[in-house]
Amino acid sequence: MSERERLERFLRTDPRDVGCEEAMAVLHVYVDLVAAGEDAAGRYPGVAAHLLACGPCDEDFTGLLAAVTSG
Amino acid sequence: MRVEPAEAGGSLSGVECAWLPTGDLDEDSAGWLRRLGADGGQRQAAERELHARLVRIALAEVRRRAASTPVTGPELDDVAHQAADDAMLAILAKLRDFRGESRFITWAYRFVMLEVSSKLGRHYWRNPPVALDAGQWERLPDRLGIDPERHAESAGILAEVRRVVDEELTSHQRRVFVAVVVDGIPLDALAARLGLKRNAIYKVIFDARRKIRRALVANGYLEEQGLEQR
Repeated sequence: MSERERLERFLRTDPRDVGCEEAMAVLHVYVDLVAAGEDAAGRYPGVAAHLLACGPCDEDFTGLLAAVTSG
Repeated sequence: MRVEPAEAGGSLSGVECAWLPTGDLDEDSAGWLRRLGADGGQRQAAERELHARLVRIALAEVRRRAASTPVTGPELDDVAHQAADDAMLAILAKLRDFRGESRFITWAYRFVMLEVSSKLGRHYWRNPPVALDAGQWERLPDRLGIDPERHAESAGILAEVRRVVDEELTSHQRRVFVAVVVDGIPLDALAARLGLKRNAIYKVIFDARRKIRRALVANGYLEEQGLEQR
């Protein structure tokens, strides 16, 4: 990836992005779908778009997924 | 359609299962709700077991995040215990809000994640590696993951980014963008410092990114292809 592409990717915004509040409101549902191997991103494209762009929410997602899959 | 809570707020004792959506739940979730809604010893045992799980999850989570926070050692464990305690209170207070859209334990652990994030954000300011409003623009290439050997190649476009930030963002957008993107202050830490919700900070960054990108396109630094739709 070129430096210009890297910057372009950082600046690009996805209109489907639902924001932190909505994403966190259904995080548990999203995580259970992912843990079950279901198409969570297909079911919640706005949440998937948000998790790609928001580091803190993606951190919560990663942590919750780790928690529920660790037993 | 699930059964609504019989009453809101207060102790769960004495309202055993009247509101619980146990019919469609997996066995584990139904068991949690049944035990947490029971009287006396059964409920207390369930609360103790749940709290122990929350502590374990919170400790694992703060350790997983240890590399990305200046909070260390015993303070990190304190954050985990505080997060588990507050998550427990939130879970018991909101138990009737659980609708069975996920497993109960996933719903419960979500409170731990949110509490860990919030508390790490607040604790960041006890020993911050960078001050608010530091404006470390020389570190922006690293923040964006730009190869040091190609900094010169990127200098023009990054100078334009800075010009747009200085001249076209609002003062609030500029302060938030510089803090999070340029200085690398965690979004939750900035939210705690400014008394805002995470979503409010994210929205400011989102709008700033869009504004900067449009300016870069308008001035020929980026191509219009892929520009966000409204």
